[in-house]
Amino acid sequence: MRTLATRFAGYAILVFFSLVFLYPFVIQIANSFKTEPDASANPLSPIAHPFTTDSMARIFDGTGFPTWIGNSVLVTVIVTICRVLFGSMAGYALSRLRFPGRRPLFATLIGLMAVPGVVLLIPKFLVLNQLGIYNTYAALIVPMIADAATVFIMKQFFDSVPVSVEEAARIDGAGIFRTFWSVVLPTARPALITVTILAFQGSWNEFPHTVVAVQDPSLFTLPRGLADLVSGSLGSGSQYPLKLGAALLATIPVAIIFVIFQRYFVRDANEGAEKG
Amino acid sequence: MADSKRGGIRGNERVAGWLFVTPVVAVLGLFLVVPILMALWVSLTDWNGQGSPFRSGVPFAGLDNYTGLFTDDGLARQNFMTSIRNNAYYVAAVVPLQTLLALGLALVVNNRLLKGKGFFRTAFYFPSVTSSVAISVVFLFMFSNSGAINEILGFVGVNGPQWFADPRGVLHLALGAVGLVDVSAPPAALTDHGVLGLTWWDWSSGPSVAMCAIIALVVWTTSGTFMLMFLAALQNIPGQLDEAGLVDGATRWQRLRFITLPQLRPTMFLVLTLGLIGSWQVFDQIYVMSQGNPAKTTLTPAYLSYRTAFRDFDYGSGAAISFVLFLIIIVLTLLQRRALRERP
Repeated sequence: MRTLATRFAGYAILVFFSLVFLYPFVIQIANSFKTEPDASANPLSPIAHPFTTDSMARIFDGTGFPTWIGNSVLVTVIVTICRVLFGSMAGYALSRLRFPGRRPLFATLIGLMAVPGVVLLIPKFLVLNQLGIYNTYAALIVPMIADAATVFIMKQFFDSVPVSVEEAARIDGAGIFRTFWSVVLPTARPALITVTILAFQGSWNEFPHTVVAVQDPSLFTLPRGLADLVSGSLGSGSQYPLKLGAALLATIPVAIIFVIFQRYFVRDANEGAEKG
Repeated sequence: MADSKRGGIRGNERVAGWLFVTPVVAVLGLFLVVPILMALWVSLTDWNGQGSPFRSGVPFAGLDNYTGLFTDDGLARQNFMTSIRNNAYYVAAVVPLQTLLALGLALVVNNRLLKGKGFFRTAFYFPSVTSSVAISVVFLFMFSNSGAINEILGFVGVNGPQWFADPRGVLHLALGAVGLVDVSAPPAALTDHGVLGLTWWDWSSGPSVAMCAIIALVVWTTSGTFMLMFLAALQNIPGQLDEAGLVDGATRWQRLRFITLPQLRPTMFLVLTLGLIGSWQVFDQIYVMSQGNPAKTTLTPAYLSYRTAFRDFDYGSGAAISFVLFLIIIVLTLLQRRALRERP
């Protein structure tokens, strides 16, 4: 009897919170296909009545959305590739190669991970401005192509696998970079997938950096364009179906990756727990 | 190279090691370390964004930008102290709420009697991986005047507020509701006196109604991540511990209180620290949802520093706010570390 009651209460809690956590997305999807009067009269309803794709069409015709999506894809692809490559190279060096200054470098890296990102907004702008690249693709991309967290995860990974295979390769006369590229990297697949997903998600969703790196609408990425859309570049009316639709389209790529690679997301959060 | 006689491989490693770390060192150095030093300089000047901050014509301000935030009676201090008040209430609400929700959900999901763990874990975690801007748009709609939240409140007979236009502090509202003070004519003892540019009445407002909507959003998005951390820790607790408690006749509550929670201590520490650090940095949601309005009640130091620099072109003051915020985060983290570590 007691276990039955526990079970019932447990499921009731879980179902209630599933609704709390997922229903906002249902609202978002449904309202993207509603007319504006319908969206403001029945915001909770999961059914668009009448169903219309007007807002979706206007997202592509009447806003900078196509430009933003192009910029987001460009930034995300370059940043993800570079972050993973540079991060695994540095992680490998810090884990395996004996070079002077290795320990202080790693300690510095850990320290940098603790610097709160928001504090760096004005400082980053100052440097971009001083270098003369403010408001360019370079400003949008270059500061993001390396991050301490990727290096840290890769170093932890290399610390945890035995060195025997690569030593064999090295003894066979392969150079350090060749060993790294053709022997080490292929064995690091699980860690590489984790950092790739993190880099993808991080750069696709990145917002504050774009605020201080560019101001020209033709350089906006999706989050920046979306923020601009919401804070009033649309003109009259609330136009919620359009805004929700644009936000929905911006969410879909990460949602797809999440569904496919879920266990790697989970893994990342768990690694955080072990540090404590 | 001296080492090369003894072993070519080790000799190579010196060069290769540095080659391998160069991209990361260059990028982090140029866009993390150098910027901090530059901003430190700018925070000591009245640079207005024209030309280089290192030109000779840039007026040197010494510590004026910092004293302006603390000791000089003026708009800069009033804005800064308002942002500190707002963020402090925000942290005081977000950190306990997200920690409790995350812990509660983890305990329920971890229950051996329940099936479908995978689905619920995914459902609770999904909001954390989405874009902060995109999700802010959704919540802006849900909390709009004719939005989903007010419709739900309408079902239970409550007339929902105009969330993002409502600057009233919830502590003031609560005090007014129990009849302790009259909100429309607050006691002169509180409004006539104050500290650091704000009256006692202003300090005691609590988070505004508008801020509560942002608090709801942030608790909703972050709880999933922290739930996963608790869940991982719960799964690492050996089952025998709980069984031993069961054999000794401990109740469910006693087992939670004296067996499970002590085992979760390191995770609790991590979650509280990450929560504290993260919630003092709230920026994206403010930028998208409220821009500090209404009546500056959602202004936070992070957003204020941005606004001061990029809207008012007072880069010195903006940079100074950034450094003070940096300091606040460091000091609070250290304090919390002491508070949580010293108990047995």
